[in-house]
Amino acid sequence: MSITDIQLEENLAHHDDHHDDHHEQSFISKYIFSTDHKMIAKQFLITGIMWAVIGGGLSIIFRLQLGFPGADLSWLKPILGEWIDAEGSIDPEFYLALVTMHGTIMVFFVLTAGLSGTFSNFLIPLQIGARDMASGFMNMLSYWMFFLSSAIMFISLFLETGPAAGGWTVYPPLSILSDAIQGSGGGMTLWLVSMVFFIASTLLGGINYIATVINMRTKGMSFSRLPLTVWAFFITAVIGLLSFPVLVAAALLLVFDRSFGTSFYLSEIFIGGEALPNIGGSPILYQHLFWFLGHPEVYIVILPALGITSEIIATNSRKPIFGYRAMIGSMLAIAFLSFIVWAHHMFVSGLNPFLGSIFMFLTLIIAVPSAVKAFNYITTLWRGNIVFTPAMLFSIGLVSFFISGGLTGIFLGNSALDINLHDTYFVVAHFHLVMGSASFFGLMAGVYHWFPKMFGRMMDKTMGYIHFWLTFVGVYLVFFPLHYIGIAGFPRRYYAFTNFDAFSTFGDLNTFVSIAAIVTFAAQFLFLFNFFNSIFRGRKAPENPWNSNTLEWTTPRNPGHGNWPGPIPTVYRWAYDYSKPGSDSDFIPQHIPLSQTPESNFPHEEELAKSEVISEDNGAHESH
Amino acid sequence: MASTAVVVDDKDENIWGGGTEPMKSSYGKLMMWFFLLSDAFTFSALLITYGLIRFKSPAFEGDVADFAFSPDRWPLPDFVFNAFPGSHALGVDHAPLVFVGIMTFVLILSSVTMVLAVEAGHRMDRKAVEKWMLWTILGGFTFLGCQAWEWSHFIEGIHVDDLNIFQGANLSQNQYGPPNFAALFFFITGFHGFHVFSGVVLNFIIFYQTTVGILERRGTYEMVEKVGLYWHFVDLVWVFVFTFFYLV
Repeated sequence: MSITDIQLEENLAHHDDHHDDHHEQSFISKYIFSTDHKMIAKQFLITGIMWAVIGGGLSIIFRLQLGFPGADLSWLKPILGEWIDAEGSIDPEFYLALVTMHGTIMVFFVLTAGLSGTFSNFLIPLQIGARDMASGFMNMLSYWMFFLSSAIMFISLFLETGPAAGGWTVYPPLSILSDAIQGSGGGMTLWLVSMVFFIASTLLGGINYIATVINMRTKGMSFSRLPLTVWAFFITAVIGLLSFPVLVAAALLLVFDRSFGTSFYLSEIFIGGEALPNIGGSPILYQHLFWFLGHPEVYIVILPALGITSEIIATNSRKPIFGYRAMIGSMLAIAFLSFIVWAHHMFVSGLNPFLGSIFMFLTLIIAVPSAVKAFNYITTLWRGNIVFTPAMLFSIGLVSFFISGGLTGIFLGNSALDINLHDTYFVVAHFHLVMGSASFFGLMAGVYHWFPKMFGRMMDKTMGYIHFWLTFVGVYLVFFPLHYIGIAGFPRRYYAFTNFDAFSTFGDLNTFVSIAAIVTFAAQFLFLFNFFNSIFRGRKAPENPWNSNTLEWTTPRNPGHGNWPGPIPTVYRWAYDYSKPGSDSDFIPQHIPLSQTPESNFPHEEELAKSEVISEDNGAHESH
Repeated sequence: MASTAVVVDDKDENIWGGGTEPMKSSYGKLMMWFFLLSDAFTFSALLITYGLIRFKSPAFEGDVADFAFSPDRWPLPDFVFNAFPGSHALGVDHAPLVFVGIMTFVLILSSVTMVLAVEAGHRMDRKAVEKWMLWTILGGFTFLGCQAWEWSHFIEGIHVDDLNIFQGANLSQNQYGPPNFAALFFFITGFHGFHVFSGVVLNFIIFYQTTVGILERRGTYEMVEKVGLYWHFVDLVWVFVFTFFYLV
């Protein structure tokens, strides 16, 4: 089989391929309206980082209010202007806007777009052995929709009436009635417009990821040889595809209620003693529609992080991932269950208690696949030859948060206990650990691990270690005390607790949390410095710095358009042949044929090796 | 690298083993399928909303002959949608669902002509693709025109002499039933109509590309298949919308 043969075949299969045509691109087509998946991934990453700084910054402002109630914050006037009143305290409505925007930004803009957008785009083509995404144009459109959505949401921060303030879930009737809170005026309108573009971006991206994984895997890359990262991105895309459209429906109905006089979510409302004309709607309907998206959304946030962790933990333990198929099975189970548990967010909405017990039952089943994943991570680490890179530390940190935050999920999934715990800081602590911090650590792990492939340079290790330890300890110092505060009965989204004597004993705990939050937030600037500095001044990266098996490490240091200068490598084995008995090397990349490794083949692999078809040009850019 | 190639019969190879298109369809067609799956969820959410609000509202109980419009109960569709253009001139006062039946028939016919266009595309028969695409576009426009007439009739209302009664319908109130009856009607049939309109636009683009020979030069009429998928989906959704609003 000659090179031309293969290239012909590829041209038939993916007719929009660009082989290694290194023609010079203009600045605009290279960095701005790029259709290259690697550049789009970087665009998502950098936009996501900017949002993370804003979203994190907002949380620091409201932590100041919670930790130091009554303190003089007039020094914030240069940033917040009129939102700080004459006595130097934050406007209570603006406090609610801060909480809302923190949630919206972190859930959607950082941990959905910033995480999936970055790593699905970057890793899917590289790890399945494709030149690019199925449709580069749609991929570009996906980023620019996200950019437009970001711009609109950003503008809403500067409105005179403030951004949306009804909580990130924007429950009606509060989100409809601007008489009830100013944030439900222009801020809420921009929020909805922004989310429409956001959803369009997610769908464009998701459809692309799915089509790419199904159609564009290289020869030999069967689904049972896919790295777990790609499995995770694939399942995430499917979840997004099925849940976001329901949010579209919910949001459109909300738009009509807000702007065109319908009553889908409104009924029998009084404002200032005046009855509104709306009758016949149901605000609970919105909650059902919202959480049909909202619950799968938390898995959209965590699954990519878990996929990244699987890859990093296996690589740096120098061991195959424990229970590869169980990992896939548990992700599929989580994805399926995510669609039938939404009402556990609504146990106290007047839901029929019998229905509540069904949703409780379904919710608690999720503990099973989640535990499978947690145990598999631990058993992969068990007696491994662990290399503590910063990415590995962040991955282990993710496992820690996933377990300690997951345990409190079992409390909250219980419909009887939830009567006490609902909407308290216990919930805040739970989801910030299991989904917020865990997923953020997955994002960080991914950045540290794939930075060499993204920018061709290494990040500074020492700064990585310091960043990890400050963040890891900081996250626990912030969120562990919140469990106690929650059990003590502190409701979330309250401006101040100083009016209630019962809460005063916990005042210093809140101060402690705020200080921890400030330190943790400050530590992220170390990362920012490391990140941007390493792009330009980092040590040049070797081709395969972590001795990893997956295909992206067979590309040149700075992969060009089309990823591989020669033909795409063929895949002969799964991605986890680390420390295989009999082998000299402690890793065997996926493109090495079984027939070349007779010393380490298992009996069934020896059989496979006999029927292997090997193309001479395989592994054009072999690293060893 | 020594090549010890052993020829393997391609038929034995796992089609999911990579290097092929396992579902034997291009990525574009896959994308269309997944988009439609996603859109199906949007419509499902809207129809569930319809179901919930409808069953929250009291239904009409009693003999059909005694039926009268009231904001306190959901109206019987037979009495709301009982006219067609010129029906009053012909002296027909009550022709329940006749007009919408014709509309539905036209839309289903346009799906049939779409199937014929796709089939003609497989034969690479440019003239036939042009012909059937044109019929499909015409069918789509007819449906949209019918919907426009139905909407305007619905908005205008049925004339009553009592000046205290609101006539017709808008998004906040209507003469037929609870406010959300009309609001849901406008929202869901409007959302569907928007899909039909987008479909007609897409069909027109493909029709144009056929007539100027772009698709022929490309060597495949797959684009006709893709817009065909979308068109059948829009048709299928209408069957559900029709069932919910007019039959149940």
